[in-house]
Amino acid sequence: MYKIIEKNTIAENEYSMKVIAPRIAKKRRAGQFIILIPSQGDERIPLTIVDSSPDEGWIEIIFQVIGATTFKLSLKNVGDEIYSLVGPLGRPTHIENWGTVVSVGGGVGIAPLLPITAAMKKAGNRIITILGARTKELLILEDRMAKYSDRVIIMTDDGSYGEKGLVTDAIKKLINEGEKLDMVLAVGPAIMMKFVSLLTKEYNIPTLVSLNTIMVDGTGMCGSCRVTVGKETKFVCVDGPEFDGHLVDWDNMLKRQTVYREQEKIAYEKVLSQYGKKN
Amino acid sequence: MSKENIQKIIDEINIERKEEWRADLRRSMKAKARGEIDRVHMIEREPDVRNKIFEEVNLGYTEEMAILEAKRCLDCPSPTCVMGCPVAVKIPSFIKLVEEGKFLDAAKKIKETNSLPAVCGRVCPQEEQCEGNCIYIKMGKPPIAIGHLERFVADYERKMNAAEIVKPKEKKGKKVAIIGSGPAGLAAAGDLAKMGYDVTIFEALHEPGGVLIYGIPEFRLPKEIVRHEIENLKKMGVEIITDFVVGRTATIDELREEGYEAFFIGAGAGLPWMLNIPGENLNGVYSANEYLTRVNLMKAYKFPEYETPIARGKRVAVIGAGNTAMDAVRTSKRLGAEHSMILYRRTRKEMPARIEEIKHAEEEGIEFIYLTQPIEFVGDENGWLKGIKCIKMELGEPDDSGRRRPIPIEGTEHIIEADVAIVALGTKPNPLIPDTTEGLKIKRRGEIEVDDSLQTSIPGVFAGGDVMRGGATVILAMGDGRDAAIAIDKYLSEKK
Ligand SMILES: Cc1cc2nc3c(=O)[nH]c(=O)nc-3n(C[C@H](O)[C@H](O)[C@H](O)COP(=O)(O)OP(=O)(O)OC[C@H]3O[C@@H](n4cnc5c(N)ncnc54)[C@H](O)[C@@H]3O)c2cc1C
Ligand SMILES: Cc1cc2nc3c(=O)[nH]c(=O)nc-3n(C[C@H](O)[C@H](O)[C@H](O)COP(=O)(O)OP(=O)(O)OC[C@H]3O[C@@H](n4cnc5c(N)ncnc54)[C@H](O)[C@@H]3O)c2cc1C
Ligand code: SF4
Ligand code: SF4
Ligand code: FES
Repeated sequence: MYKIIEKNTIAENEYSMKVIAPRIAKKRRAGQFIILIPSQGDERIPLTIVDSSPDEGWIEIIFQVIGATTFKLSLKNVGDEIYSLVGPLGRPTHIENWGTVVSVGGGVGIAPLLPITAAMKKAGNRIITILGARTKELLILEDRMAKYSDRVIIMTDDGSYGEKGLVTDAIKKLINEGEKLDMVLAVGPAIMMKFVSLLTKEYNIPTLVSLNTIMVDGTGMCGSCRVTVGKETKFVCVDGPEFDGHLVDWDNMLKRQTVYREQEKIAYEKVLSQYGKKN
Repeated sequence: MSKENIQKIIDEINIERKEEWRADLRRSMKAKARGEIDRVHMIEREPDVRNKIFEEVNLGYTEEMAILEAKRCLDCPSPTCVMGCPVAVKIPSFIKLVEEGKFLDAAKKIKETNSLPAVCGRVCPQEEQCEGNCIYIKMGKPPIAIGHLERFVADYERKMNAAEIVKPKEKKGKKVAIIGSGPAGLAAAGDLAKMGYDVTIFEALHEPGGVLIYGIPEFRLPKEIVRHEIENLKKMGVEIITDFVVGRTATIDELREEGYEAFFIGAGAGLPWMLNIPGENLNGVYSANEYLTRVNLMKAYKFPEYETPIARGKRVAVIGAGNTAMDAVRTSKRLGAEHSMILYRRTRKEMPARIEEIKHAEEEGIEFIYLTQPIEFVGDENGWLKGIKCIKMELGEPDDSGRRRPIPIEGTEHIIEADVAIVALGTKPNPLIPDTTEGLKIKRRGEIEVDDSLQTSIPGVFAGGDVMRGGATVILAMGDGRDAAIAIDKYLSEKK
């Protein structure tokens, strides 16, 4: 059992939690994730390790409530325990000094982006951060990202904060301004990562994306997480979660994410009604 | 098990055989009369009932049935059946105790060499092992139902809650780490705990049991049985740490620094072989591992009570013909498929599954399509599987495994309609432990290399079960675990 020692609401339906898991806190590196089960009998879901303290023995997770399991997790409070939590899983990010790195985050994808950006900064990169959200209230982690960034650009769909437009518009603008971009990191909804990758491919800028496929075990055993990368089948949990964005078969990835859409809806509605709520 | 260990057990059986009660019992009924009794069939649920539910298919023997079946056994002076059992269960000794109605003593007798009889009685390929070597086969009669009897005795003991929890007389004060909680790890842990070692099992998943929990379905091996065995291990003092991936959460070298003096790697062969044909990443195409894990470990068959989803196809095609394929195809039927099919590139004769599973699958309405090899998965516009392009095969010369090699027949491509496909082509070991353990040697297909005492290329690190064999059976894995326990004891005793 893994005790929750801190919980914050960071936006509507988005939470951060610190959980006691000393071994993982000690071992984990940027880019890695855990798989947890809120209470016995629930589903296993992957979440990125956003931060950790090896000395105090905690790891931090940030999640958005989008279905049954994240909803159940959100019901847990400080002092409660998480039934199962395993990690650190996945390959750590390959960190090197590229020069100028653009960190592009969308929605809750900013959470996984944070530790990678921090590590890239530490390696001596100049960081330009581009954060996207639908609207001002949904933008998360701006302050913490700013800490590791030389420049921060905010984009909202409705123009309620920063500039109106998509993150790809911001990348285009940087390129037009004559910025030399050595590397792009993109983490967010698959559709965002797809369009970022298509854009950077035109300009030949190396692009790393972090894929959020559906997982079960997280150790390479089931193949639920598989995607096509450069015509080869890869297992995101052991070969990733990061891949060269230019090689990912995005249409396959997008379709695979929808495989259980109907059942996910049924499960979410069931759980919500158990707790007297409506979607 | 080594030849000399088996011989030792056979010598013991011969001494037991001479006990007075055994001699009396043998004399109480003529061999001819024993041979005239028909093999006692186990009660099974009706095919049309069971192919819709997940409760166990076989319902076991009653006491009377067990005693009657036990009477058939001739208590042979050189019992060939024992030679066929990888752990040399003292077959005639336990069966004669059954004939006497001493079921708990029979259970103890089996457990002298097999720590998981309730499991083995259900899942061993008896026709190739113990029963396949019974003298009755030579007489042209059905062999003694050794598996059924083993299962009966173990279930009896469990229901009476009579299993003896052996506590070691003295503690050795040495820590041993077991990696993986499948049959290999469980057997090694049990034996080492009995010897007095402080044993910790590290398990990657949230529930211990390995394939017994996540792979083999409830209708063949109720999970309650596995959990009961694991509870008994805990009562013996074995510590089980779940959610611990060795190689990730900590490496073997790090555990050594924490004071573990010997290791047993029983991490199984968890990685699925895929077909590597076009369309394999379409929605609706599964590895058998994923399909069975969703159903067994995550309880997707109880959706939406449990929230893990699974695609319930109307036409489900399973590719392969081993136990895993049979489990997957019978599961799909229970999840409501109208057509559940096996696609196999050879014929029924070459199928590697247990005969009982094939028979049960046939009774349950599974369709078997032989001499057929998939070459492409075909999808619809939404990325969902709609059919499998296949080619017909014919059998050529035998290959290394002695089975006739299938050869494609040109121009026979055709489409088999299916909305779910499950690839069950076997598994290979996960490279994680070799990748994170300096100096651990592996073989070509990733199996960990060991010497005769199951020691790996690193002193003090032993390995057995599927991780070393690359996909075998429960009983072989268990036997390895027991042999490794002996070797580890020897290693630690000699080490200063
Ligand atoms: C490596 C990795 C890191 C991730 N990190 C974060 C993070 O830091 N913060 C965060 O909010 N989310 C993260 N995710 C996504 C998160 O796992 C899903 O939001 C979560 O599983 C949804 O579960 P649910 O039951 O609440 O919703 P559901 O209703 O089950 O699913 C909603 C959608 O989430 C996705 N999903 C469903 N089940 C899974 C599953 N078992 N694994 C992965 N995705 C699934 C599907 O696309 C689905 O359509 C990460 C995913 C991966 C693979
Ligand atoms: C569906 C199916 C049906 C089968 N049917 C039969 C049958 O009828 N009869 C029969 O005899 N055999 C059958 N088998 C084969 C049999 O189950 C295996 O041979 C046997 O389970 C192997 O045992 P094991 O202990 O070596 O490994 P496993 O049972 O595979 O257990 C290995 C354990 O190690 C854990 N692990 C892996 N890596 C790590 C790590 N790095 N750190 C920590 N833990 C780790 C795994 O999570 C797992 O729990 C079947 C197999 C399958 C898949
Ligand atoms: S362990 Fe398996 S092979 Fe040995 S006697 Fe029992 S059922 Fe037969
Ligand atoms: S060979 Fe058959 S008849 Fe003989 S002892 Fe073994 S089980 Fe009994
Ligand atoms: S999640 Fe099972 S193989 Fe990746």
